[in-house]
Amino acid sequence: MSELNRTPLYDLHVSLGGKMVPFAGYEMPVQYALGVMKEHLHTRAAAGLFDVSHMGQVRLDAPSVETAALDLERLVPVSVLALKEGRQRYGLFTNDQGGILDDLMIANRGDHLFLVVNAAMKDQDIAHMQAGLTECQVTRITDRALIALQGPAAEASLAALVPGAAQMKFMDVAVLDWNGAELWVSRSGYSGEDGYEVSVPEDKAVAFAEALLAMEAVEPIGLGARDSLRLEAGLCLYGNDIDTTTSPVEAALEWAIQKARRTGGEREGGFPGATRILDELENGAPRRRVGLLPEGRAPMRAGTRIFAEDSDVVLGEVTSGGFAPSLERPISMGYVSTDHSETGTVLEAEVRGKRMALTVADMPFRPSTYKR
Amino acid sequence: MKYTEDHEWLRTDGDLVVVGITEHAAEQLGDVVFVELPEAETQVSTGDDAVVIESVKAASDITAPVDGEIVEVNDALTDNPGLVNEDPLGAAWFFKMKVEDMSQLDSLMDEDAYKEMIG
Repeated sequence: MSELNRTPLYDLHVSLGGKMVPFAGYEMPVQYALGVMKEHLHTRAAAGLFDVSHMGQVRLDAPSVETAALDLERLVPVSVLALKEGRQRYGLFTNDQGGILDDLMIANRGDHLFLVVNAAMKDQDIAHMQAGLTECQVTRITDRALIALQGPAAEASLAALVPGAAQMKFMDVAVLDWNGAELWVSRSGYSGEDGYEVSVPEDKAVAFAEALLAMEAVEPIGLGARDSLRLEAGLCLYGNDIDTTTSPVEAALEWAIQKARRTGGEREGGFPGATRILDELENGAPRRRVGLLPEGRAPMRAGTRIFAEDSDVVLGEVTSGGFAPSLERPISMGYVSTDHSETGTVLEAEVRGKRMALTVADMPFRPSTYKR
Repeated sequence: MKYTEDHEWLRTDGDLVVVGITEHAAEQLGDVVFVELPEAETQVSTGDDAVVIESVKAASDITAPVDGEIVEVNDALTDNPGLVNEDPLGAAWFFKMKVEDMSQLDSLMDEDAYKEMIG
């Protein structure tokens, strides 16, 4: 067992009553005194502050940002070249079998690309880029914290410190000054709410977090509520809902693959697993990630097997599931065979040896409130 | 009041024993979102699974603390699982048992011993 890492906000979490647990190699707060349910509801009603400093922040530098974009396109099925300066988009690293190695955010910061990758995957992602990119210098950023502020009061709260944040739209990125500290701000997040993710120099991170937490609207939120928020928003958790065994089309992430990279596009294919992924974009995949609404109150968690009604034929399984505080009911997502994936299809799942009904549902379970 | 190592409390109510979970257990579980109760008139032996509790974090089983018959269950928990967090020692009792051998309770912890166990 290797030593757990701590983020620059570790002492602040402890002083705020955070219950610290090991997560992706870090000691992270799973909840604070409010508890998961209230933290979730607070984020939806006002604003939640999340420490996401465990995630990987990476810079890609090349002679030009276009060169960097084309280079990165060799590893992702995303149109990076079309990403304008000051904009961010969702992306996927794929493998030769068309599976997903990780999901990430890609931002064009004018003269370089800035990526945010999953904590548990960052070493692997960086090695993958160093091996696969020929034009880019790959730099892991280790001297910055990453703080997310999510919820309907996020704009007013951040703008009180950094007025420029209010002018940003969903998926904009900007460099803004706070008391001499250079903040790298994106208007995005992982909760289904409007909000921001702010990369802040580590020596200013505690002061910045404390300035936000001093506001009435802002509460610290742990990993527990982060998970229930993203599940209501229908967002994937890497390692649960997507991994190397799931393709982007199976995962219902076609929207992340722009036309330029598809069959007949200007830069068709040219990413790992393109043969399978392009074929699935045309012809579909045998299984699909869907939303699932269990009947009754019992949560159906990851690993729960899914069957056709009155049948022993296994159609798939739940990959994430739990109680949705904003909907006051259990929700799940998972994979089912495509011929049973239409919204409204009634299926059965086995919970503690008993068959329970569940219905295929559209995601997000709760409408997202991004500022487009 | 008596306590088990599984953080259940037992108190006598006439000739019945009422069973719930401790404040410490409720706090550790986090927000409870689902409770599945046994049928009344179920014979149980010590250690049998009796109640399923799901919190925002995970599912846990509550087992029968002694041998006997479950004669009454607290249906209020089905509609309002959050009672387990609000009033674990009172309104959120799980079931009442007719106990075959009340001396089984003697081997359980008293409050001081339980407090020592949870530190």
